[in-house]
Amino acid sequence: MHELSLTQSIVATCERHAEGQPVKRVMLKVGRLAGVELDALRFCFGVCSEQTLLREATLEIEEIPGLGECQQCHQRVDMDRLIAVCPCEKRARLRLVAGDEFMIQAIEV
Amino acid sequence: MCGTCGCSDPSNVTIDDGRGVHTHILADGTEVTHSHERGGSQHHAHEHGGSQHHAHEHGGSQHHGHEHGGSQHHAHEHGGSQPHTHHSDRSIAPAHDTTLITLEQRVLAKNERLAERNRAFFLGRKLSVVNLMSSPGSGKTCLLERTLTELRPHVDVAVLEGDQETSNDAARLRQTGAPVVQINTGTGCHLEADMVWRGLSQLDPPAGSTLFIENVGNLVCPALFDLGEHARVVLFSVTEGEDKPVKYPHMFRRADLVLLTKTDLLPYLEFDLDRAHSSITEVAPDAEVLQLSTKSGEGVDAWVQWLKRLSRETVGR
Repeated sequence: MHELSLTQSIVATCERHAEGQPVKRVMLKVGRLAGVELDALRFCFGVCSEQTLLREATLEIEEIPGLGECQQCHQRVDMDRLIAVCPCEKRARLRLVAGDEFMIQAIEV
Repeated sequence: MCGTCGCSDPSNVTIDDGRGVHTHILADGTEVTHSHERGGSQHHAHEHGGSQHHAHEHGGSQHHGHEHGGSQHHAHEHGGSQPHTHHSDRSIAPAHDTTLITLEQRVLAKNERLAERNRAFFLGRKLSVVNLMSSPGSGKTCLLERTLTELRPHVDVAVLEGDQETSNDAARLRQTGAPVVQINTGTGCHLEADMVWRGLSQLDPPAGSTLFIENVGNLVCPALFDLGEHARVVLFSVTEGEDKPVKYPHMFRRADLVLLTKTDLLPYLEFDLDRAHSSITEVAPDAEVLQLSTKSGEGVDAWVQWLKRLSRETVGR
């Protein structure tokens, strides 16, 4: 349940930037291959935001699908799980193009 | 929870150097250091003033799980974990009387900055640092016991031992004569760069030594947290399923070395070694793989050579 410490970090960062104003919305960008369980993140957000400037805040999460690019055939491959090798005949390494993001995009105060 | 004094804040981290002096790190970052007289009275003053006391009282996260404010509950409901995408042009637009503050800040940025600080410390001390990770019971502590005994005549060694509770593993490893500091993470399921930094100040590892960080037994959470280590070593025992690497790709994909452990048990199991190797290759094609048995000694020499090579490469000796 590393989502707890990640959420504590999110709350602390948002509070710092809110400069004393109540936060109304928190917008996150989370890749599907980032290793973060969204239900756990939402649960932890409810707990961690209590008694903070984020207690009334809505958590909005933009999910980013996984995308890889083959180093040999240069095809883009949809990745619903972390794989290292392209399904093409060359079996070359896949470079992760998208899907491992984990960012606080913005807050609304 | 502090295994020595029973201080019950679940959100804190304690660090014990084996001499009874230990440090609590409270949720608000406050450090509380105190000592215990071993074998003496279990009663001791434990005064946490002001904000420290406050941090203890709010540690129990589960208590409040269902008491969200109304807006949190209903503004954004999802059925299960169905993936979905928001159209940012709609959702980002702020309401009339509010201000949008763009952060674009990576959540793990702070840990990565602190890992950089660890790396600078390791470089300055000419340390070679290994982060040992696996599920609980794959043989990390057993392997470390043997490794410390093998290495100590040739190389200085030191250990940061991570567990949720107890100093049992640290006590076991101290029997080898190596300096060991226990980090108890409380409810924490992994080590973070900051915990390692605090552990280092008590461990004070000798210059030029090989430092082992035994992470909390867990194949999920430790994967995301850079500790500043030079190498990530993931243990995978033959009593586990051959497809563990594919099931836990985040842990295995960044491994520099995968150790297939407990190979002395192979004659008694239906473990398919080829399948295990291809499962590793599928998620970590660049990782080295060694098979070893701490008990029989098979592969231990190759592992020791690997460590010596890492040490030469990282500190140029």
